[in-house]
Amino acid sequence: MDKSKPNSLKNGPDENGNFGNFGGRFVAETLMPLILELENEYENAKKDPLYKAELAKLNKDYTGRPSPLYFAERLTKELDGAKIYFKREELNHTGSHKVNNCLGQILLAKRMGRTRIIAETGAGQHGVATATVCARFGLECVVYMGATDVERQAPNVFRMKLLGAKVIPVTAGAGTLKDAMNEALRDWVTNVDDTYYLIGTAAGPHPYPAMVRDFQSIIGEELREQFLEKEENLPDAIVACIGGGSNAIGIFHPFLDDVEVKLFGAEAGGYGIEVENGHAASMTGGKPGVLHGNRTYLLQDDDGQILEGHSISAGLDYPGVGPEHSFLKDSGRVTYAPITDKEALEAFQLCTKLEGIIPALESAHGLAQVIKIAPTMDKSQTIVLNLSGRGDKDVETVSKLLSSKDFGDKNAGEEL
Amino acid sequence: MNDNRIENAFKNCAKKNRAALVTFITAGYPNLKTSQQILDTLPKAGADIIELGMPFSDPMADGPTIEAAGHKALAGGHNTLKTLEMVTAFRKKDKSTPIILMGYYNPIYVFGVEKFLKAAKKAGVDGLIIVDLPSEEDDELCLPAIKHDINFIRLTTPTTDDNRLPKVLKNSSGFVYYVSMTGITGTAISNFEKVGDAVRRLKSHTDLPIAVGFGIKTAKDAAQVAKFADGVVVGSALIKALDNSLQNGNITKNSIGAVHDLVRDLAKGIASIKK
Ligand SMILES: Cc1ncc(COP(=O)(O)O)c(C=O)c1O
Repeated sequence: MDKSKPNSLKNGPDENGNFGNFGGRFVAETLMPLILELENEYENAKKDPLYKAELAKLNKDYTGRPSPLYFAERLTKELDGAKIYFKREELNHTGSHKVNNCLGQILLAKRMGRTRIIAETGAGQHGVATATVCARFGLECVVYMGATDVERQAPNVFRMKLLGAKVIPVTAGAGTLKDAMNEALRDWVTNVDDTYYLIGTAAGPHPYPAMVRDFQSIIGEELREQFLEKEENLPDAIVACIGGGSNAIGIFHPFLDDVEVKLFGAEAGGYGIEVENGHAASMTGGKPGVLHGNRTYLLQDDDGQILEGHSISAGLDYPGVGPEHSFLKDSGRVTYAPITDKEALEAFQLCTKLEGIIPALESAHGLAQVIKIAPTMDKSQTIVLNLSGRGDKDVETVSKLLSSKDFGDKNAGEEL
Repeated sequence: MNDNRIENAFKNCAKKNRAALVTFITAGYPNLKTSQQILDTLPKAGADIIELGMPFSDPMADGPTIEAAGHKALAGGHNTLKTLEMVTAFRKKDKSTPIILMGYYNPIYVFGVEKFLKAAKKAGVDGLIIVDLPSEEDDELCLPAIKHDINFIRLTTPTTDDNRLPKVLKNSSGFVYYVSMTGITGTAISNFEKVGDAVRRLKSHTDLPIAVGFGIKTAKDAAQVAKFADGVVVGSALIKALDNSLQNGNITKNSIGAVHDLVRDLAKGIASIKK
């Protein structure tokens, strides 16, 4: 945060956790003292050189940071436009950017003397990363996961169990990320004494959105350095997929005040933004509301009831988004646009064939956005994709989808 | 007597040397008509104060019983406007029993705070309990509600310590709702003595009546709580009684009676403790 620049887009949140009109602390009184304690502990940790050193060491030796910046030569040739780079978060230990946040938070949990860790997960990547750090630090781990997601992300469920976590399927609602988060909050409100809630995205009540952003900002900080070294200037555009928005805010944040760098967020367009309740593009297709501790753009009906939404990608299948993205949308700094299931699946295949990299379906949404804009850019220009995760977890789902000819049509019904 | 129904209800109970029975039902469950009938007849069965639950898709502080009731109401087409219409209909017949709307913030936020408060006041709503609005967010609804002369009833919990209490109590009015446990609705109270200690601690901070809720299921539970609290809140148990009376999700001729029976029972339990 740079308070010396009053107009910096990086100044948020304010002391009440607001990014402009978004954010806040909309939680039950039972949890309020806990999030105040967490905020306090996080402020202390930020100033503690030992904490910072331990996190830096883990990022390097455990996760394998810095993650490489890779020039996607064949994809660039194919699209015949801007030079395309991948920031390869999928090479991190556990296979996605989620571990950056988990390491930061697990060290906090340890400082706070908490012994039991709970988490929500959609794609299972955050669940795996949480189970991993819990194994590493010898802490009990309980992961809530929507029943639908347990099915479509089966490999990750097995990984979590191997790592010693208890995975609890949630059958309420559509059995996706929103329902998992409800259940995790219920657990937290019940087990306040020993439990730390390790939220996996840049959403939830203050201080989570700011804290998760800070832990993920290492992506953008590394990118700036790596890019300057390779290209001697800043990229013309950066693209990331948006679930709750943690990989995106992590790569965007260090560039927010560099207005010459265009920022694009790819939301889950599902069957198409025009299909009612058929997508999970909360900013393109939703309106402001209050859920899971923060005010933000939400998919909801006229009565303020939250919709389930839909995405092929479990990690993006969430009717909300982190509050800082809502702020960045309204400020116009970031362009958010929907990518359909179909477009994501095509991007998934193209990347696999041309670059030999199987992206996560989440990241494939970002890739589809790159495929749309790279050809419109000049060959002298550059674009960076945050390749947030690898697609091993998705191969089974994708193979089923590719053999179903009705794929992408809501009325035909998906055979997931 | 003034015209604040909540204050009057507690005063009346105090005159009768007993605690108040506060009953929670979910608006629109199992359907609008039955729900209205239950609401209209709760006072006769023994309810002193009524909490009317506004269904929400994602009720984070509620257990499966109340969650399912809310979802069923929503599936039947219930919404915020219909909840307000239920209160209007109730008020035509009952001018004295306080009605408190309990729920989550988003449906109110989307309805529009000013528009909602005006409509609620006009319908005859006396107070609001909004689970996800802690005192840190008082500007959202609490302060506007006070301007409209609607009580904002605050939840205090086992995690609200003495340092924090003054902040939480600052804009509270009507009564203070002590949540008997860290947890969600529908769980049983494990240690009544601890709850009693907590209520006595609260009393040293406020002159407002204290009602205790979460985990009170039977007349015996209610009597235990009545020993130290000014009000006893029962919710999940009433919804459960209603659930048990349904056949394939439809009401039977026993449905409303099942709720009445439990309310009468609870009222007896409470009346057995002389204050
Ligand atoms: C690989 C990957 N990318 C992106 C996401 C979306 O989350 P976020 O928007 O917080 O980065 C997920 C979530 O599960 C994920 O697994």
